[in-house]
Amino acid sequence: MAVDAALAGRTFPPTAAYDVTEQAVGDFAAATGTPYTPGGPAPTTFPIVVAFAAMQELMADPEVGIELHHVVHGQQKFVHERPVTAGDRLTATLTVSGLRRIAGTDIITTSSAITDASGALVCTADATLVHQAGDR
Amino acid sequence: MTTELTPATYPVTREALVAYAAASGDPNPIHQDPEVARSVGLPDVIAHGMYTLALAARYVDEQLGEPGLIAELGAKFTKPVVVPERGTEVVVEGTWRDRTTIALKVTCLGETVLGNPVAVLRA
Repeated sequence: MAVDAALAGRTFPPTAAYDVTEQAVGDFAAATGTPYTPGGPAPTTFPIVVAFAAMQELMADPEVGIELHHVVHGQQKFVHERPVTAGDRLTATLTVSGLRRIAGTDIITTSSAITDASGALVCTADATLVHQAGDR
Repeated sequence: MTTELTPATYPVTREALVAYAAASGDPNPIHQDPEVARSVGLPDVIAHGMYTLALAARYVDEQLGEPGLIAELGAKFTKPVVVPERGTEVVVEGTWRDRTTIALKVTCLGETVLGNPVAVLRA
């Protein structure tokens, strides 16, 4: 099935607050071999943890019409206002910034605003999801 | 000033992908289970695109000798990094484009795997 054309411009509810722990940052850094000192800046791509949660909610929404197994991550960009550190409480609010359909493929562009406990913007994570519509 | 940075080679193992899946919250089995990967037409397990992008960020951190200086980082995921049981390697190269911008090149077995990867540092 095709993705709902009304999806473009839609903003989803904020994700549940995510508490950044030393353990979580340390595990992420270790898995990617990234230099990390406890208390210091988390790896640049660490906010994907929160952005991914927002994308999961988009993909799980039955009204959206995305079939999870047909989605490929096409593009990703992070714009940091400041580095994430352990102790941050982060929330992602995802907006579908665009929807294009090319030869049976939906190109869904999303932008997730990642904010801290004070509501200040920490990072913007833009993801392009490529959805190959399944058999009709 | 030399504009070319020193290339770095990073091993990519199945074990690291399992650790990354847990750390990033992306449990998609195509990054861990060869049978599932083959069932969807892939030659073998593939690395998460985000894993490869994380290596690009690691490279910049290592080259600068200090983490947390990247303000912007982005790329297209143009080709999967196939990870056989013995593992593989990803090579990252960087070139200063201007005072705050590093253009990256990320390859696996000589083939480019990220499209237009660029890191912009805090001014």
